[in-house]
Amino acid sequence: MITLTEFRNLFHNGLIKQNTGLVQLLGLCPLLAISNNVINALSLGLATTLVMAASSGAVSGVRHFVPNEIRIPVFVLIIAALVTVIDLAMNAFVHPLYLVLGIFIPLITTNCIVLARADAFAAKNHPLHSVIDALAMGLGLTLVLLVLGAIREIVGKGTLFSGIDLVFGEAAKSWVLHVLPNYQGFLLAVLPPGAFIALGLLIAANNWQKTRAEQRTRAAALVHA
Amino acid sequence: MSLGIAGRNALRTGTILFMFALVGTALLAYTHDRTEPTILRGQQAEKLALLRQVLPATLYDNDLLASQQSIPPNDLLGTRQASSLWVAQHSGAFSGVVLEAVAPDGYSGDIFLLIGIDASGTITGVRVTAHRETPGLGDYIERAKSAWVDQFVGKSLLKPAPKHWKVAKDGGAFDARAGATITPRAVVKAVKSALDYFAQHRATFAAAVEETPP
Repeated sequence: MITLTEFRNLFHNGLIKQNTGLVQLLGLCPLLAISNNVINALSLGLATTLVMAASSGAVSGVRHFVPNEIRIPVFVLIIAALVTVIDLAMNAFVHPLYLVLGIFIPLITTNCIVLARADAFAAKNHPLHSVIDALAMGLGLTLVLLVLGAIREIVGKGTLFSGIDLVFGEAAKSWVLHVLPNYQGFLLAVLPPGAFIALGLLIAANNWQKTRAEQRTRAAALVHA
Repeated sequence: MSLGIAGRNALRTGTILFMFALVGTALLAYTHDRTEPTILRGQQAEKLALLRQVLPATLYDNDLLASQQSIPPNDLLGTRQASSLWVAQHSGAFSGVVLEAVAPDGYSGDIFLLIGIDASGTITGVRVTAHRETPGLGDYIERAKSAWVDQFVGKSLLKPAPKHWKVAKDGGAFDARAGATITPRAVVKAVKSALDYFAQHRATFAAAVEETPP
């Protein structure tokens, strides 16, 4: 089973230390394409998390039967099969949500972070640990997507949660927040360059914060010595 | 037959890979088989809902989806590939048509339209089904973004007069937002020429309906 410390370490790793969006910089293609508003970003993040958890669990479950030299093709096969199953099931059973996420789901197969976690973690660890690691990594990615989506939506359109009615139905239209009333819009933030600029600023902020934390521990160590 | 250690290893690895492929394929085939009817039903319902947006349900009493016809590429419709049209009838008489049309001269590529026209040649609804216009600038032609396309409802070839079938900036009767005139200009032109197409083919549609018993 899993201890609390292990559990906490896995989450710390996924959300902060090895964050896919800010530290590992893996799977940036969907990250940059989808993050033009909060709802899209959140939806893709959660869908990716679901696929990662399922594929890491499956990969970890069969890890003893897969010879080393064919592990990559087998993992790709598992991930692609699972994504297609999820894609078909969502299309059939939660159609409204599928209309929103439809184009992103096949994209998840090509997201290298899914394969990276399968190969780097799930192939060497117990299924339970692997699923938790995948959840943590996925949530870390979702978090970055969310912040990126919020920045781009506020700067680009002056709103938050526009398009929420696509997920929760017409009634949700009034949930859209007009953060900056009568805002003219700033097209650059919504277009792809806005994604690069905003992500760059986020990475810079993360690095700056990390450096400061290191300096502080070093200073503290000097005082004690 | 002797394979040697390397050969036996390769055979074993190949068999394992084959087994995984087999299990994966079986899983996909099973899921596809189980979900296909539901997915098809969903797609049909979605298509009907879209048709209803451009042609009010009170205008027809036939199975609109079943009335689908495929027509070859046509200059007036702006189509370069075969497109679909749906013929509506009410109490056995021709009552309208839904056309697929393309505005080929948008700001960035084709704009795909669905246009509903009643038997008198009056527009009952227009929807943009696909486009690549600039987000936040030219995308107000989408019904989800603004009510702009609704101004076509009730218009026909003579209302407004042919010389006013233009955006306001060109002296016409149709609004367009400042900063993005190319997009609405293309849509107005495409809707007008779809009406021309309808005027040319109206007799054919009406005759076809009268020939086939409901």
